[in-house]
Amino acid sequence: MTALELSAAMQAKKIGVAEVLQAQFTRVEQSQCNAFLALAKERAFARAHEIQAKIDAGEVLSPLMGVPIAIKDNISTKDIATTCASKMLQSYVPVFSATAVEHLEHAGMIVLGKLNMDEFAMGGSSETGHFGAVRNPWNVDCVAGGSSGGSAAAVAAGDVPLTLGSDTGGSIRQPCAFCGTTGIKPTYGAVSRYGLVAYASSLDQIGPIGRDINDCAALLEIISAACDNDNTYVMQQPFCFDRSDCQGMRIGLPRNYFASGIADDVKQSVLAAAREFEAAGAHIEEFDMPLMDEMIQAYYVIACAEASSNLSRYDGLKYGYRSDETGDLQTLYKVSRSEGLGLEVKRRIMLGSFVLSSGYYDAYYKKALQVRALIKQAYDELFARFDMILSPVAPTTAYKLGENVDDPMTMYMGDIYTVSVNLAGLPAVSLPCGFDKQGLPVGLQLIGNAFDEAKLVAAARAYQRRTDFHTKLAGGAQ
Amino acid sequence: MSWEIVMGLEVHAELLTKTKIFCGCRASFGGEPNTHVCPVCSGMPGALPKLNRAVVDCALRLGLALGCDITRHCKFDRKNYFYPDLPKAYQVSQLYAPICRNGKLGDIRLYQIHMEEDAGKLLHTAHGTRMDFNRCGVPLLEIVTQPDFRSTEQVLAYLEQLRETLVYLDICDGKMQEGSLRCDVNLSVRRPGEDFGTRTETKNLNSFKAIGRAIAYEAQRQIALLESGQTVTQETRRWDDNKEQSYSMRSKENAQDYRYFPEPDLLPMHIDEAWLARVQASLPELAAAKRARLAQEFGLSEYGAKLLTEHKELAGLFEDIARQSGQPKEAANLIIGEIMRLMNSTNTLPEDVRLDAGKAALLIALVVDSSISRAAFKQTVGAMFTHGVDPQAYIDENGLRMVNDNSAVEQAVAKALAENPNAVADYNAGLEKAFGFLMGQVMRQLGRAGNPEVVRKVLVAQLTIAEKPA
Repeated sequence: MTALELSAAMQAKKIGVAEVLQAQFTRVEQSQCNAFLALAKERAFARAHEIQAKIDAGEVLSPLMGVPIAIKDNISTKDIATTCASKMLQSYVPVFSATAVEHLEHAGMIVLGKLNMDEFAMGGSSETGHFGAVRNPWNVDCVAGGSSGGSAAAVAAGDVPLTLGSDTGGSIRQPCAFCGTTGIKPTYGAVSRYGLVAYASSLDQIGPIGRDINDCAALLEIISAACDNDNTYVMQQPFCFDRSDCQGMRIGLPRNYFASGIADDVKQSVLAAAREFEAAGAHIEEFDMPLMDEMIQAYYVIACAEASSNLSRYDGLKYGYRSDETGDLQTLYKVSRSEGLGLEVKRRIMLGSFVLSSGYYDAYYKKALQVRALIKQAYDELFARFDMILSPVAPTTAYKLGENVDDPMTMYMGDIYTVSVNLAGLPAVSLPCGFDKQGLPVGLQLIGNAFDEAKLVAAARAYQRRTDFHTKLAGGAQ
Repeated sequence: MSWEIVMGLEVHAELLTKTKIFCGCRASFGGEPNTHVCPVCSGMPGALPKLNRAVVDCALRLGLALGCDITRHCKFDRKNYFYPDLPKAYQVSQLYAPICRNGKLGDIRLYQIHMEEDAGKLLHTAHGTRMDFNRCGVPLLEIVTQPDFRSTEQVLAYLEQLRETLVYLDICDGKMQEGSLRCDVNLSVRRPGEDFGTRTETKNLNSFKAIGRAIAYEAQRQIALLESGQTVTQETRRWDDNKEQSYSMRSKENAQDYRYFPEPDLLPMHIDEAWLARVQASLPELAAAKRARLAQEFGLSEYGAKLLTEHKELAGLFEDIARQSGQPKEAANLIIGEIMRLMNSTNTLPEDVRLDAGKAALLIALVVDSSISRAAFKQTVGAMFTHGVDPQAYIDENGLRMVNDNSAVEQAVAKALAENPNAVADYNAGLEKAFGFLMGQVMRQLGRAGNPEVVRKVLVAQLTIAEKPA
C-alpha cells in the first residue's frame, strides 16, 4: 500500500493509526538493513492516539494524516537524538525540530524514528557512519547508496512508507536508484533547511523518499510550506501539484552521459525509459551536456569548503564528543575532533580548509564558483530548449559493501550525473526504471528548471502509470 | 631628523537594536549568563541566521551621515577561527562587499563600514573558564579609516566626533567602559616624506586615556627599535592599561588565516532607492550642524552651544524651552547651570533627565517678571528635577511668590530700622556693610517671598529719610 492509500484507509477508519504504527515497528525490529539509528516508540504511540482522536472527530489534516515517517538523522527532531551518524554527535539531542519535521507533524504524520546515513551526509554508500553501514534490502551484501541510504533502504524494505532524506550532491537520488525507490530533490530554496544539520549550505536540500511519485509529491507539498527562519527559503506558497501528464513535453537526453563509464544495464534501462516517455507523448531530443569534466571538481571544492566551516562548531566544548585527554585548549580541539570525526569527514574538512586558505582561494574556491556559474548558465540555455532532462542517476547499480571505501576518487565519480543539479540549485526526481542482471534496481532522474517541480511530478506520474518498477519492493515485501 | 607617526583606526560600535543581528534574542547589555540565547546565536547544529533589517538601517544611517558610497548588492562572509567565545567557530562579517565604502568624518577618510556579529564572553573563575553567549550575535558596525592620523589629538578628536555622531544617530550608546565602543589602533612610524613603515595593531583599548597612553607607548617602542637599527615586526599587540605596556599577541607569520568565504546561509541583499530614501529622510540633525544652528538662531556663545550639544537630549530640551519661553539666554543658563549641576550631583545620565519643557518655560517667565526670586527659581528647578513637581503648585505651596506689594515691604523695613538703631547709625556713619545687615533683617521677615530689588529700593528710601534731622 502506498502512503496515500494507507492514510485513506486510516481516515476511512478501516485501520487504526496505532495498529499501522505497531505493524511498522514490528517490521523495523526484524529489519536486516541497519537503516534505523533510533526509534521513538513512546512518542510515536502518544502521537498515534492524538491523531486517532482527530480522525474519530472527523478532522482532516492532510492526505498523509496518520502515516508513519522516518527521518534522516541529520534532520533535527526535538527530544530525539540527532547524531548525523557521527561519534561526534552520538549524545546530541536537539531542543528544536527542523521546520520540515514541524510541517509534517502538523499534517498529522507520525515520526517513527531516525535513519542511518553517511557521517554528516558525506559519502555515496552509507558506509561512513559511526554506527555501521546501511545494507541494501535487495541484497544485504550490497550498499544502499548514500548519503540517505537509510531513508531509501527503509522504504524499499517496507519498514516505513515515507522518509525524509537530504540531497547535497545526489544523496536522495542515488540511494533511491540503488534501492528502487522514488525520491525528489527539490529546487534549492523550496524546502526550509532550518534544522537540517549543514554539510554544504548552498547545496543541501531536504526531500521526500517513498514508494511512488504521488506519495513523494504529497509529502513535498507539506514540507514546502512557509518558513520564517531560513533566509534561503524563497517560496511564495507551497507546492500544489495538479494531475497533468507529460503530453507534448520536450525532454533532453544528454548523449555524452551514455558514452563511457556507465554500466550497460544502467544505460539500457534509462534508454528504454526514454522510449517509454516518447510513447507517453513526450519529444526526446539528444544533446551534449557541457562541462562534464569540471562538475565533480567544482562540486567537491565548494561542498568541502562549506563543510570545513559548517563542521568547525564541533569543537568538543559545547555539546557532542569531548576527548578525555587533558591539556590546553588547542589539544582539546585537536584530540576531540580527531577522535570524534570519521575519516571521510576529516578528508573533506582538510580539503575544504585547504581550498579556502589564503593563497589557494583564487585558484580553487573562486575558480569553482566560476564553474558553478557556467553550469547554471548552461542549464538556463538547456531549459530554453527543453522542459526537462532525462539522465541516469548513477553510472552503476549498488556495489558490494566495502568495495569502494578505500577509493575516494571512484566513489566521487559515482556522483557524476547528480552534482551539477545541486550546483545549479535545480529540482530532480529519481525513479526506478529497471533491474540489472543481478536483480538490483536501476534509477533514472528527470531534471527540471528551478521551481518546475510540477512538470517533473507530472512526467513521473505518466511514467509510473505506464511501468511497474516502482511497485516492486525488496524481497517481495508488501 | 624627527619621526612621523601614521595611524589608522578600526572602531567597533555595538548597535542599539532591540534584538540581535541574526535572531530574536535581546541585544541589551548584561543579563544573567546565557539567558539571552537561542539555537541560532549559540550555534546549535541546523540553526540558521535570519538578518535583522534594523541592523542594516543602522549601517545605512551612519553611511549616509558620513557620505559613504552604499553597496547596493551587499553580502556577508564567514570569518573562520576556533575560540571558545565563538560557538559556530566562524563570525558572520563582511569582507568582499561591505555595506559602506569611502566617506569622511572631519578630515579623516573612511575606508569602509561593515556589519558583523559580536562574540561571547569568557568568564575566568576559580573553577575554570565559563562561557557566556549573551553577547554572541549582538550587532556591530566596524568603522575602518584610512591611515590618515598623525597625532594622538587627531585620534581622540575623531573618536569623540564619531562617538557623538553614533549617539546622535541613535545607533550606539557610545559607552567605552561597557564595551559598546571599542577601538584598535594601527600604527607605524616613518621619516616625513618616506613610505609607510611596518605597522602594528594594538587591541584592548577601553578608554580615551588608554588610547593616548597606548599610542605614546607604541610610537616610542617602534622609534627605539628603528633608531637602534632593528626592524618593526608586523604583529597584533594587546594593551595592558595597568602595566601601561603592550605585548605581542601574534605576528604576521603566525597570523590566523581566517579562510573568509561568502556566507551561504544569507542571500545577497539588495538595497534599493526606496530603502535608502526612507533612511535618508529619517536622519536627524547631527551635532556639528545643530551647534552652528543653535549658536546662530539663539545667539549663544560658541562655548555655550558646544556644552548644550554634547548630549542631544539636553540640546533638544534647551531648544524646546528656549522656543516656548522666548528666553534663550535663560534657557541656556538653566541647562548649563542648574540642570548640569543637578545631573552631576545625582549621577543622572542625559537620557534620564525628566524635565517638562513647557513647565520650565513657565518657570522662566516667573523669574523674568520678578514673580519669584532667583533663589526660589533654583529651589523650584531642583524640585522639578528630583520629584517632577508642577512649578506653579510648588511655588504656591511653599510661599515662594514674591511680595511686590510696597506697603508690606515698607512695614518690614520700618520694623527692621526700629529694631536696629545701631545698624542705622553705622550706616549713617558710612559703614556699607550695615546696609547688607539691614537687608538681611528685612529679607528674614519676608522669607523667600521677598523681592530683593524691591526691598533694596524701599530700604534706601527709608534710610535716606531717617538720615534727615527730625
